[in-house]
Amino acid sequence: MAAAASHSIHDRPWLDPAQKPFIQIQGVSKQFGPFVAVDNVDLDIYRGELFSLLGGSGCGKTTLLRMIAGFETPTSGRIVIDGEDMSSVPPYDRPVNMMFQSYALFPHMTVEQNVAYGLKRDGVAKAEIQSRVNDMLGMVELTQFRKRKPHQLSGGQRQRVALARSLVKNPKVLLLDEPLGALDKRLREQTQYELMNIQDRLGVTFVVVTHDQEEAMTLSTRIAVMDQGYFQQIGTPTEIYEYPVTRFVANFIGSANMFEGRVASQEDEIAEVTVDTLPVPIRAEHAAPLAAGTRAWVAVRPEKVQLSREPFSQAGINMLEGQVEEIGYYGESSTYRIRINEDVRLEVTHPNLRRPRDGRHLAEWEDKVYVGWEPGAAVVLTS
Amino acid sequence: MNPKRSRFLFSVLCFGMAFLYVPMVLLIIYSFNNSKLVPIWGGFSLRWYKVLFQSEDVWAATALSFKIAFVNATFAVALGTLAGLALVRFGRFRGRTLFTGMITAPLVMPEVITGLSLLLLFIGLQGLIGWPSERGFTTITIAHITFSMAYVAVIIQSRLSGMQEDLEEAAQDLGAKPLRVLFDITLPLLAPGMLAGWLLAFTLSLDDLVIASFTTGPGSNTLPILIYSRIRLGLRPDINALATIIILAVTIGVIIFGWLMLRQQRQRERDMHEAAAS
Repeated sequence: MAAAASHSIHDRPWLDPAQKPFIQIQGVSKQFGPFVAVDNVDLDIYRGELFSLLGGSGCGKTTLLRMIAGFETPTSGRIVIDGEDMSSVPPYDRPVNMMFQSYALFPHMTVEQNVAYGLKRDGVAKAEIQSRVNDMLGMVELTQFRKRKPHQLSGGQRQRVALARSLVKNPKVLLLDEPLGALDKRLREQTQYELMNIQDRLGVTFVVVTHDQEEAMTLSTRIAVMDQGYFQQIGTPTEIYEYPVTRFVANFIGSANMFEGRVASQEDEIAEVTVDTLPVPIRAEHAAPLAAGTRAWVAVRPEKVQLSREPFSQAGINMLEGQVEEIGYYGESSTYRIRINEDVRLEVTHPNLRRPRDGRHLAEWEDKVYVGWEPGAAVVLTS
Repeated sequence: MNPKRSRFLFSVLCFGMAFLYVPMVLLIIYSFNNSKLVPIWGGFSLRWYKVLFQSEDVWAATALSFKIAFVNATFAVALGTLAGLALVRFGRFRGRTLFTGMITAPLVMPEVITGLSLLLLFIGLQGLIGWPSERGFTTITIAHITFSMAYVAVIIQSRLSGMQEDLEEAAQDLGAKPLRVLFDITLPLLAPGMLAGWLLAFTLSLDDLVIASFTTGPGSNTLPILIYSRIRLGLRPDINALATIIILAVTIGVIIFGWLMLRQQRQRERDMHEAAAS
């Protein structure tokens, strides 16, 4: 998985200035009447990446994908794939294939015919079609279902037929529209790793559209978080989660406690933010210089907040006092909602490291507790 | 449910059914009547069937009707499918609203008007270019196509709008040019709709009296025209026999169709179970 990979520049082509991007999206916009679906976006995707476009419904991610596939024409801007401008190339001549959200299997053809269709259109010799289709069906473990029609398959099998059909032509880029959206949770996890394996083996560049942040986090080399037609942030899953650059990203990926205030001072890359609703200013790491008085939001993830019945003694820690208002018990962890005062509630996620003692968890309802987090656990956002 | 209400419902059902089917049963019974006068029962006989089968007029009219229905249905499906495709898959082209209106107009136009206007057209054409030189098979078929294709277009249109466009996109994505997509994907998926349209057009044509009588000429009698012209001079027992045969044919057709549909549905359900089990 991505986390285990070494951090060499070879794995991270976007950091290497000598690398040429494989897909270049340059100033692309798409309008439907007065509605702007995609708003002047630029994006470089490199060879062999598994790139995710992540966002809620109507954020423009599917429109962008369909423009790469050629089903929509950009209102302005251009898309270049492997050095070739795609502006005047129709979908049937593009070196990309797409796996549709609905899978779009041809209902009147068998599994085998579905997979062979693209090769037949390219005029590949019969014997070669047969062997390539066999290879593909073997890879997705559907050889025994080759003679079945799509309606005779389960959801997971259909998904694999769709994958085989879109990969059999060896596209330069594979576009996947919500590839796991229609599967149930267990099948999803399994299929997710299968997808990553296949991508690794074939080295095809994947561009995935998804609204599911977990899916994007586990699958991708990089993620572009999209909202209202443009990118909020582009980065690796770790960058996006640990260093969100806008409030939207902080809230969309995972959850975050957010405090609104003004920058009071900044020293040694630590900003002090005064929050009207809190008795003490909050200290948070921020490298870029911030002018005093700037409106800012401090975001801290629930799992980065410590919870204790005793006050914390570390120097420089942000500490607040509160009362447990709600507890969500998930088994492996619990989420506590801590009431700091009238206006402020703080969410804290704590792993359940021990079994409850005498039937008592770390904290119980109405308990008086202390919450605290290091300045390095929080981020300062200015938009 | 209380018994009083159920008895009421049951009698309504019986009455409704009787209203629909008693006339037909009477017609079938009277077709076996030995008497020359229709309303008077003269014992059981097959003599009117014999008369019917020996009547060359009836045979000729039946043949003509079927010929017209067949040609009409085929052309109506071809043209209606094209119209349906244009309406659903070509986006918002110039004059689309006008086209939609004009496609559906024959559905609501009184038949008398359609028939009359077509008759005027044919007469006018004959005066201008000498074609059609006589009215009959050709003119009736053209007239039938004009309104049948409207029905087909509506059927195809509804089937197409229910059909996800992503199948066609998927084919394009896999390298099929638009015309290939039409023949490989769109038309095969439309086939059930086209078959339904063909059958409907066939039935409509077989059924039509008004438009056919406007656009026909001397010597070209379709079956409805023949029946109507004979009945006009009074009830005739041989027509009862003819009607009985038609009822029989329709019944058999409906039963076969229903059975095929049922079989197909069962097969589908079995397949789904198998898929879920595997």
